[in-house]
This record gives sequence, structure tokens and C-alpha cells, in this order.
Amino acid sequence: MMGENLIEVKHLKKYFTTSSGMLHAVDDVSFSIEKGKTMGVVGESGCGKSTLGRTLLCLETPMAGEILFHGQDIAKMPKREMKKLRPKMQMIFQDPYASLNGRMNVRQLIAEPLLVNKVCTSRAEVDERVNKMMDTVGLASRLAMAYPHELDGGRRQRIGIARALVLEPEFVVCDEPVSALDVSIQAQILNLLMDLQETMGLTYMFITHDLSAVRHISDEIMVMYLGKCVEKADAKKIFIEPKHPYTKALLEAIPIPSIESRKKERKLLAGEVTSPVNPAPGCRFAARCAMAAEECKKEDIPLSEIKEGHYAACKRAAAP
Amino acid sequence: MNKTVLDVKNLSIQYKTDLETVYAVNGISFSLEAGETLGLVGETGAGKTTTALGILGLLPERTARITGGEILLKEQDLLKLKEQEMQKVRGSRISMIFQDPMTALNPVLPIGQQIGEALYLHNDEGLTQKQIEQRVEETLELVGIPKARKVEYPHQFSGGMRQRVVIAIALICNPDILVADEPTTALDVTIQAQILTIIRDLQKKYKTTVIMITHDLGVVAETCDKVGVMYGGKIVEYGALEDIFTDKEHHPYTEGLFRSLPSLTGNSRRLQPIEGLMPDPTVKPEGCWFAPRCGQCMEICKKEAPPVWEDDAHKIRCHLFHQKAKGGE
Repeated sequence: MMGENLIEVKHLKKYFTTSSGMLHAVDDVSFSIEKGKTMGVVGESGCGKSTLGRTLLCLETPMAGEILFHGQDIAKMPKREMKKLRPKMQMIFQDPYASLNGRMNVRQLIAEPLLVNKVCTSRAEVDERVNKMMDTVGLASRLAMAYPHELDGGRRQRIGIARALVLEPEFVVCDEPVSALDVSIQAQILNLLMDLQETMGLTYMFITHDLSAVRHISDEIMVMYLGKCVEKADAKKIFIEPKHPYTKALLEAIPIPSIESRKKERKLLAGEVTSPVNPAPGCRFAARCAMAAEECKKEDIPLSEIKEGHYAACKRAAAP
Repeated sequence: MNKTVLDVKNLSIQYKTDLETVYAVNGISFSLEAGETLGLVGETGAGKTTTALGILGLLPERTARITGGEILLKEQDLLKLKEQEMQKVRGSRISMIFQDPMTALNPVLPIGQQIGEALYLHNDEGLTQKQIEQRVEETLELVGIPKARKVEYPHQFSGGMRQRVVIAIALICNPDILVADEPTTALDVTIQAQILTIIRDLQKKYKTTVIMITHDLGVVAETCDKVGVMYGGKIVEYGALEDIFTDKEHHPYTEGLFRSLPSLTGNSRRLQPIEGLMPDPTVKPEGCWFAPRCGQCMEICKKEAPPVWEDDAHKIRCHLFHQKAKGGE
């Protein structure tokens, strides 16, 4: 059964110019997200996952490619029209300590998006929506006059979520929303995000480096390495049957909180992420890959369907 | 029977300002034998880092007070040492790996010089300049950095490599005790696996005792022999790795921590968080610190601080088990 695609991205590219050359942050990435589903994006720091999220919302101008939102290409949309679409696409930021204005109280912080986008006609309506939103994200009304510095990380992140959702968006990019939080609080926020998705019919793109969190919240997962999508599959399947050597290494590297994990011999990934500035042609992972052959270093390897709905960019994975 | 290297008894640390008193560490005790690894797990504000700084004597002078307890390093009480004597211990017999390798290094000194500095300051063996240089090179190779890079500056290294430099600084004097404060939190998973392997291999080689401070139960499972679960400045559960990570009796907080972890294998989509928030460290509750968030809280929990329930080396600070024991009699 196929639902309607809310977001469709085709051959998206975003390069940055640096003094030492072109930095390939997002390099020819294509995917689509169905309405009401969650796409998880995982990868290590510097793989371009945050840039992908920002480019998707046109916070960065894409260099090439199309971003279709409800079938409309927003990559080439004039600014004025884009502004009308903004309330429909929102973002939850990583660091609840840095992303809130310390001089505004909770009520002002949550009301700000409503005022900026001029969606409310009266003061009373703003108040009503703010109160409702605080209730939805689990912020007690007595905190309305509190300032961010008085609150802990979990509550601040709830403000961040309220700010994104108060405009009743359809699509939300969550950029590492729980990385800065403690485990017990992290679980609260993840549950909240899942509940809100159900009640408000939201579509998420969930960016994180934490593989176990992404497994819980996502329907589909995309693994990125140096600007490229190296594997894309159903969230459950990718954990059972990873195809790309990088995904395998990533899963292998997670420390598992059980006593058995000790006995297991781990295969460690040697080396570090190579530079995304003017990358060599061929598979970006070839330099660290144990299975790399000469052919891997010659030309870019496109994503190919290995099983139904399971895509990987690896020559070895495609071979039976 | 191995000899005890470090014995911390009933350590309490407070931060005092004009406005309030923060009860950061409230009477924690543990002991370590040579070559062992103790994992201190807990969330933000549990008092893990304060404990570590207390052991090293690095607490901020103006606000922090050690209000009680002893820290015995091979039967010598570190709390009774003068600052000058402590300087001899710090860096040579106890050293520390700091959390953030981006800020722990001096940006204007080449890394070789920073690694050698510890050895210059603690040059008990009377090494010459040349010998020190040689030791620096050996230590660099030990942590997996080519020795030719010793003339480079921190900004020329990646995060994982910088953490290796920090480890080299901590290890060059071959300390008895290594305190690792969230050594891999700032790193990516694949790099984390590399760094943990280095720490573990070096520990095996030199029989160093390690205190591993972390919030990640996975890291604990892979590196530690003993585990102390901290909450509200107390160790609420303490035991061997097997005691904590198997289906035995547990403190409700430990159970909650495990339940709230997103699992890589389970089928349920919803997570089971611990409701509520970390306790306010400026208020010392009468009863158990965890009581307001505990699903099994009883009347007595709100009034009396719980005593320690013991099963061999496995200790749990909770009323629940005393009640059960009484009921069973």
C-alpha cells in the first residue's frame, strides 16, 4: 500500500565553498517521505545530515536538484511564496540550551512563531493557542512566565517542540532533538514526539547519530556517509539485515548494555572519516572499507535496489 | 587477594554560594583493586564528575567544600595532603581523561610538548631531555598516533585523535589510577569503539585502575568490572557487572534506567521513561532522593533515608528490600 508522498527529493546537492575547495555536504541524494511517516537519517558528524535537513526547509539554498512538497518544487520558489509555506514546514533544533532566546519567557517563546507568521487575528487567539500548545507538550501552565534558564533540558526541549508545532505544520525536521538530554528524559521526549505524530498527523524527518533511538521512531531509515546516502531501507529490516559495510560497522560499534556484549569479538572500523572537501571519485567509504576492491575507487556507486524496498550503494552488497 | 589501591569512604561534597548550598555528593563509598575498572553511571547532576574532581583535588576552591569522608590512595589519605604534596600525586599517580577533547588541550602548544609536560613536572626518575622525548614518542605510538605528528598543534587533529592525545597525557607517567570522565561522549560511535579499545588494552598492559564515568550503560557493559549507579549524589546500587546487568534485585532507579533505553532488538515502539525530573540538589530531602519519581514508593521512603541492603558485594540503597526481608521472616 502506498500513501501519498508529502516530500520528494530528487538529486539534491549542496556544496559549500571553502578555501581548500568544494565541500560536498549533500551530494546527489534522492528520497521521498510518505505523509504521516518518519524518515530517520543517521550518520556520523560531518556526513551532511544536518545540512540535508536545513536544505530541505530551504534554510540553505540547494545547488541542484528538486524538493517537492505536495508536488510543488520549493527549491526554485520565490521567497515571498516560500514564506507562505514556512508555517507548514518546521524544525526542532538540537540544543535546547542555545536555541531559545534567554530574554523571553515561555509564553513569549511559544507565541513568537504565531506573531512572526501573522496567523492569529487577535491577542486572545494567540493566548489560547499558546495555552493549548503548552498543554499538548506537557508544560505546566504555571511555567508560562518562567525563563529558559530556570528550566532543565527536557522542559526546554518541550518549548522547542511547542514552538515548532504551534503553527500546526505538516512536516517537521527534528535535528538531533534528544542528543543533549539524559536517557530517562530522552525517552519522555521520544514518546511525546510519537504521540504528537499520531494526534496531529505529522510527517517527520528525524536526524540523529543515535541508532537505537532512530529505530524506535522511524518507519524508514537512511544512512549517510560523506554527503551520500549509502543505504536506505525499512527501519526494522536495516537492523536485522544491514547490507552496506558502513551500516554494518556502525551497528557493530554501538556498545550494547548487556553482559553478553563483552564476549563478542568486535570488528573495529579503522581510520576516520575522510575529508568531504573535493572527495575522490568512487565509493566515499572505500578508504575505510575492508571489502573495498579497485573498482570501488573508480566511479561513484549509485543506490541500487537489493531487495524490495532495500537500497544500498555498494557493489559487493548487490552481488549475491 | 589483590591489594586495594583506592578506597573512598563516605565522601561528601557540597558547593556553597551566598544564595544556596548544593548537595552534590552525599556520602559515597567504594574501593578498587589494581587493574579493576569501576563504572560510575548516572544522569546529569548525579554527582559523578564532582566525585572525580574530589578524588583529584581539583574542586573549585571558592565554592566547593569536602564535608566528610576519606580518600585513601594506598592507605594515604589524599584529603589530608597539602596542595604541594597533592601536586605530586596528581598527574603522576592519579590522572584524568577529560570529557571534551576540543577544550582540554592548549591550542598554542604542539601536542608533543603537552604530553611531555607531565613528565617534566613529575620527573622522579631523573630522565634527560632525550629520554623524555623518547617516552613521548613511545606513548604516542601506544595510543595510535604516528610519532612524527608530535610537532603538530591540536587544531590539526580530529576529535578522535585529540582524545588520543588526552589519553597519552594521562598515561605518560604510568599512573595507578586513571579517572576517565565521559571520555567518549563527544565522539562518534565508530571512533568511540576505537577509543574504548585503546583504554581497555592499555589498562590490561599496565594494570591501571580505571574509574569510568559515563551515562551510557552500553559503555559500562563493555569496559567495567564493578558498577556504581549514582542518583542524587549517592550510589543507589553497587555491585559487580554481573549483579547489575542480570535479572536480579535492582534499585527502582536502575530498573527505570534500563527500561528507558531505546533497544536495538525489542519490538515495542513506545519507550518507558522514568516520569518526573532529576531532583533539585539544593534541597536535601528527608527520605529517599528517588522517592518522588519511584513507582514503588512507600510511606517510609518519604520520611527515612533508606539503609543499604546487601547480598555479598551487591548493595542496594532502598527500603523495598528491607521490607521484603522483614516480610519473609
